[in-house]
Amino acid sequence: MSFNIEERYKKMNKGEVLLGYKGSITAELITNVLGVVESKLDHVIDKSVTKKKIYNILVESLQNLYHHVDDLPDEVNESMDIHFGIFVISKVKDSYDIRTGNFIRTDKISKLKERLDKIKSLSKEELKELYKFVLNNQKFSDKGGGGLGLIDIARRTDGRVEYEFDDYDDNYAFFSLNITI
Amino acid sequence: MEPISIEGTPKTPTVNFDATTGIIEVKGRSIPENSIEFYRPLVEWLEEYSKEPQKLTTVNIQLEYFNTSSSKCILDVFKKLEAIKKARNEVVINWYYEEDDEDMLEAGEDYESIIRIPFKMIEVVD
Repeated sequence: MSFNIEERYKKMNKGEVLLGYKGSITAELITNVLGVVESKLDHVIDKSVTKKKIYNILVESLQNLYHHVDDLPDEVNESMDIHFGIFVISKVKDSYDIRTGNFIRTDKISKLKERLDKIKSLSKEELKELYKFVLNNQKFSDKGGGGLGLIDIARRTDGRVEYEFDDYDDNYAFFSLNITI
Repeated sequence: MEPISIEGTPKTPTVNFDATTGIIEVKGRSIPENSIEFYRPLVEWLEEYSKEPQKLTTVNIQLEYFNTSSSKCILDVFKKLEAIKKARNEVVINWYYEEDDEDMLEAGEDYESIIRIPFKMIEVVD
């Protein structure tokens, strides 16, 4: 069966959902979402450190979406918004999950997969060294972080990052990221 | 030199750079999607300031949040300060972090290990 966006969104909405969204990912949207989530977190979490961690990771993951979503070409786009992405913030047992989803060109998968597998395999200390190395040596693109976002997320979550690629068509796949805090 | 004085927003920090006192302050949140635009004038100001700095430059960084897009720009700010220090001027960097915020403390330590100026880590208790 082919990939279905509605089913994926439903699947991502598990746990006690604080906020779920599917549609255009814009800078204004991110500003609004951060405002809403911050006040919600103030109500549900007492510990300032946990709140900050969630907020930080949310910033990175939403901005990753903002910078990296690929738009499906018009001829295959089933009436989806431009710059389409999905994200869900939910509570699952004692943890918080931030899940994001976006289309990605198939030719970018192997590089991203390699990067994610590497980051997931590193210890806390190794992640710290990698972060510092990239921060100090890598030239940043106009898009921003030069790959620091994922390293930062992995550092803050001790590598509790899972991912999945689902084929959409010959040229595009759907990339899902699940971060556990 | 004209001082820089910028009010904070939900995504950008409050900034006060004053060449007459040698006090450089960045406070609040730094989470814009594109940080380069925001930080460019600050780095340029420091470049100019470094030509004739005060004997003592005091830097106060008190960030609640910053994103990875800002992290490189913040490093550029520190590199300018490192150059001022290298030219035999005194530079004191105060890195403030909220009580128990280990991630922010560690972020300060990361910068400290990259640039060669010791940081004064200051825990802010509510």
